[in-house]
Formats: sequence, C-alpha cells, structure tokens
Amino acid sequence: MKHTISILVENHAGVLSRISGLFSRRGFNIDSLAVGVTDDPSVSRVTLVADGDDYMVEQLEKQLNKLVDVIKVRTIPQEELISRELLLAKINAPAEKRSEIMTIAEITGAKVVDITTSTITLEISDRTEKLANFEALIKPYGIKEMVRTGTIALQRGADAIKK
Amino acid sequence: MKAAQAMVKCLEQEGIKVVFGYPGAAICPFYDALSESGIRHILVRHEQNAGHAANGYARITNRPAVCIATSGPGATNLITAIATAYMDSVPMVVITGQVSSDQIGRDVFQEADITGAAEPFVKHSYLVKDASAIPRIFKEAFYLAGTGRKGPVLIDVPVDIQNVDIDFNYPKSIEMRAYKPSSKGNNLQVKRAAEAVALAKKPVICAGGGVFSADACNEVLELATKADIPVVTTMMGISCIPGSHPLNMGMIGMHGVKSANLAVNKCDLIVLIGARVGDRAVRSPSFLEENAKIIHIDIDPAEIGKNVKVDIPIVGDAKLILNQILEIIPKLEHREWINELLALKNAPAFEKRADGVVNPKLFVSKLAERMPDDTICVADVGQNQIWTCNFFCMRGGRFLTSGGMGTMGYSIPCAVGAKLASPETPVVAICGDGSFQMQMMELATICQHDIPLKIVIMANNRLGMVHELQKNLYKGNTTAVFLDGSPDFIKLAGAYGIECERVSSEDEIDGAIERLVSAKGPYLVECRVSPDEKTL
Repeated sequence: MKHTISILVENHAGVLSRISGLFSRRGFNIDSLAVGVTDDPSVSRVTLVADGDDYMVEQLEKQLNKLVDVIKVRTIPQEELISRELLLAKINAPAEKRSEIMTIAEITGAKVVDITTSTITLEISDRTEKLANFEALIKPYGIKEMVRTGTIALQRGADAIKK
Repeated sequence: MKAAQAMVKCLEQEGIKVVFGYPGAAICPFYDALSESGIRHILVRHEQNAGHAANGYARITNRPAVCIATSGPGATNLITAIATAYMDSVPMVVITGQVSSDQIGRDVFQEADITGAAEPFVKHSYLVKDASAIPRIFKEAFYLAGTGRKGPVLIDVPVDIQNVDIDFNYPKSIEMRAYKPSSKGNNLQVKRAAEAVALAKKPVICAGGGVFSADACNEVLELATKADIPVVTTMMGISCIPGSHPLNMGMIGMHGVKSANLAVNKCDLIVLIGARVGDRAVRSPSFLEENAKIIHIDIDPAEIGKNVKVDIPIVGDAKLILNQILEIIPKLEHREWINELLALKNAPAFEKRADGVVNPKLFVSKLAERMPDDTICVADVGQNQIWTCNFFCMRGGRFLTSGGMGTMGYSIPCAVGAKLASPETPVVAICGDGSFQMQMMELATICQHDIPLKIVIMANNRLGMVHELQKNLYKGNTTAVFLDGSPDFIKLAGAYGIECERVSSEDEIDGAIERLVSAKGPYLVECRVSPDEKTL
C-alpha cells in the first residue's frame, strides 16, 4: 500500500542525504521524494511516497523522527490527501497531429509551454493516477523527453502540521 | 581567540579531563591549543583505538568522552570505533580535522568525506563551515551525545576554520526545536505495567545495556527484590546486578545459559528494560509474543515494536520509569517460579584438561573469584567473550564488551579508557590470540601512560569461534582460521617491559592469577587453550 508522508526538516545542508541514507540503510522502498522550502525559510518540507505495510510506515516514521534535523513527521491519511505532481513532456508533433494533441491537452487540463515545427511541450499538474492516464494518451505520438517532480501533498481541512 | 583554542575551551566547559587521539596536519591547530590546556591527551597507536578508549571512558563515567583524529585516513580509521559506539549507544564526541574549507571536494591530500562516510553510524554530525558556530556546535554535540538514546556525535573541522579568530561565549542553553528526548514514562502505561506485573505468575525482568545508560541498576534490583522477579540480562546488561545475586539467572541468547533462556521461554510476562531484543539475544521473538505479555521500557521509541510486538510500551528514561513503577507496585512473591529456575542454575563443573592447556572457563571463574568486587572486566569478541560472559561472575563492578557490533580488538583500548575513567578500580581485559593481534600495538600506549591494566590472552592458535562454526556448519572445512606466525606473546610483552607469564597447566592457574592481581603495573597472562575447546 502507498503511504504519503510529510516531513518538516531544518533547512540545513546535508539533511536530504541523511534522510535518503536512512531509506537505503533500513531497506525502505521509496516511490518519490520532493523537497522545497516552506513559508518559513528555516524549514523545508519533504513529501515522500513509500510502498509498504503498516510496520514499515511505523518504522519509517520512528526512524525519521530520530534524525536530529527532522522537526515533524506525519503520514497523511489516504482519504484526506490533497496531492499534486508536476509533469513536463516534449512530444513529437508534426503539423497534422497538432490539433489532436491540443485536444488531449484541453481535456486533461495540460498547458502548452513551448511549441516548435516538430514538437509541443506540455505541462500538467495533477494527482499521480491522472498523470499516468495523461502519459498513456500522449505516448502514441512519441515522447521525446519527460520529467516529473514527485508528489507534494497537504492534508484536507483546517488542521496544519505544526513546527 | 583562535577557533582551535575555542574548541579546547569547549571541552574544558564540558568538564573533559582526558582525551584520546592521534594527530595529523589537519588537526594541528587544535593540538597546539590542547597542549596549553590542563586536558590530558592519551596518544594511542591507531585511531580506531582512540575511539574504543573513549568508548570505555564514556561507559564508566556515563558521560560523553572525546576522541580525536586528523583528516583522511585518520578519520576513516575511526569509523569502526564510531560504529561500535553507535551500536552500543555509547556517548562520544568525535573530533576530526578536515582539509582546508576552500579545498573540500577537490580530492586533495588526506581528504575524506568523513561526515558522509560515518553518517550511518552517528547520532548526528557537523561539518563546521563557520568558525563562530563552534561553541554552539560543541554544546549541541555534547548534549546530543549524552541525552536520550546516547551515541556518537562527529564534529569535522577544516584546518583553516581552526585558525580563524572568534569571540568565545559558551552557550548556557540549547535551542534545538527538533530534538526532544523523552524522560518520564506515561503514567497510564506505567499503571498498566504495574498491574500486569502484579497479575503475572511467572514474570521475568530482562535487563539490557540501556540500564547502564539510564543509571538504573539499583532500580532494577529494587524492582526485582520488591516484586520477587528473576532477572536475566542480555550481554550488554551483564553486571547490572551482581552475577552472584540469587535472583540473577544469567545471560540469555544464543550463547546464554539454560536458566536464563528457560526463564524467557517459560515466563508469562517479560519486562524488557533498555534491551532491544537483538537477534543474538532472542532468536524467535514470535515465540515470546505468543507466550508472554511483553512490557518494553526504552528511551528510543523506534526500538519499541522493531523486533518484537509489545503489549505495554513505555518510552522514557528507565530510571524514572522504574521509580514510577516502584511507587505503585505492591510487594509480591514468586518463590515457586524462582525455585524452578534456580534448580537449573547449577554450580559450574569444570572438566579437567590435559597438561599443556587449561580450561579457559575454569581460569576466568578463578580470576573472577580473586579479583576485587568492584573490578571492571572487559571481554573482547569470540570464544573468549562467551567464556567471560558466562564464567566471570561479576560481584559488583562493571562488565564491558562490544555487544552490538562485535568488534574484535576492542578490549585493551576500552580497558585503557575505563582505567583512566576510574584509576582506583582494577581493570582486566580478556581477549583471544586473534583479537589480541588486532590491538597489541596498544601495549605501547599502556607503557607510555603508565596504565596498570591486567591482560589475559586465551591462546589456542585459532580464530576459535569461526573455527568451531566451520567445523559444525561447513562440513569441517576449517579455513583461514589458523594463526600460525603469531609471535611469542611472552617475549612480545617482555619487549615492552610488561610483566607476563604463560599458563599451560591447571596447577599453574592460582599462582598466575595471584601475581596478575597483585602486580602494581600492567601484567599479561597467556593462557594456553585447546584448539577444540567449545564456546559453550
């Protein structure tokens, strides 16, 4: 089962390597990891998606909590998850295919961010499952390059993770 | 003042009297400043042993001890010692020199990314980039190393940073929002635990190394006595209550004794105190889960539920928690259960060995009898360790060994640290001829600094435990375990001017032990042991 975990960390050099080192050392499988600074510049927020059973998530949380730079760890319940991932894709788009691709973009909510005589570059931000669907739709045209950010997430409701 | 002087000042502020180290170019500014302080520096003969000596010092004082090495190979040589301390939760502050900060990352001479390399084995680490942060970093490092679940903290200081002038203000308090070690146990959990203990018919206490970290030996004994509960220990827990105490059923695990293992297998409730249920201590945690109620007291929440499912977890400081339990628990009696276990705790019978060798179990047993009650006994790793665990009956004092990591070559440097931490206490190190040869350079350290250690080498010309394993599990294909080429240990000790003798028949044991115990200076005894001597 997939688990989405939010981690508030001190915005220091070396924090990410401590966190990622922990995963390999303790044998945790990580699907994605996204890091960025928060509204407080001394704090970064890591969102990680991990696959495993309850024992693994409990251990992962506890081991993360032991890191001195980790301020707070919270696993976001699946039903309260607001998650987004950003995807950029450069697709083969000869003149005759352009309108088809534009239709896909319109339906999926993707934006055109660059266009050349032979390619279109699309940007889409959505949940991971939606992005998989988007990828399947554009694949037949030929994806020249694609990049994804990894999931970022917040919990629904007024509650927030306190520092 | 110079940052290097500030580093020394920090150590003084932390009450550090002795440090262990090995200098090099990248740590020279610090050494320059250290020489002008009152702190005693013990020059070891290999950086790893500076770490083990600090380990021994820290375990006796129960406060962070300091070891120092230079950049590159000096620092990497410390890694095994750092990992050894990490596995046994020993508080240490490790100071390494680093190449000049403008050179970092260019693979210059003696450069090694030690904060990166040691990352899996430290509680925390610092690479100092701003000299003015040194007082704060040292303050934090000592605090981190010595609180919560203790452990090694590394401070890597580039050589140019050590030469920067800074204002010295040692911080009075610590501001670390992300680090909050727990202390008292949750009252409700404590109450549940006390009730469970009161209901149990066959309770047992299993004490681990955490009991020493929490300074909770008296509390363990008090609980055992008040609630009339037998005590077993892990290897790390040996000597938390005297081995001779009628409630002590001995060491559990793969190399433990019958009375202890049966206590764990037959109990209906186990109180784990500062014990992490390691694989060598508890072979099948699931058996325990099914057959007994489990109370787990540990300062590290991550240890609870890691290796065994727990019924009543209590996170916090074992001393405080045990006092909380003691306040509410009634006086109990479990005589029948205790007698059942005592019946298994036979007085050891030692088979006689032919001339030319001695029974090592007999030797350590007699040595324990003759050494004073407060003796610190350090066992190395291998067969010598198990013989010592099971037959060196601690009547007080302290037993030390590398329990988690099983680091060969630990005993003598650890004993050096232990002796310096408690100069009046007799300290004996027991090792094998394999492990001795990993640390024999430290004989020079003992001589140079007048450290009157007693050393026993169990010599069977084999890596005995691996030899036994190969015989039993690898169809007798004994390979790469023969120590031919070993020096004459008596001549070797003689070359250092250390008094010594060889014991090769059982009627020589008493005399040798007498001379070892009464020697004023260091004394080394080589015990000849049969190559076929069994671990258990």
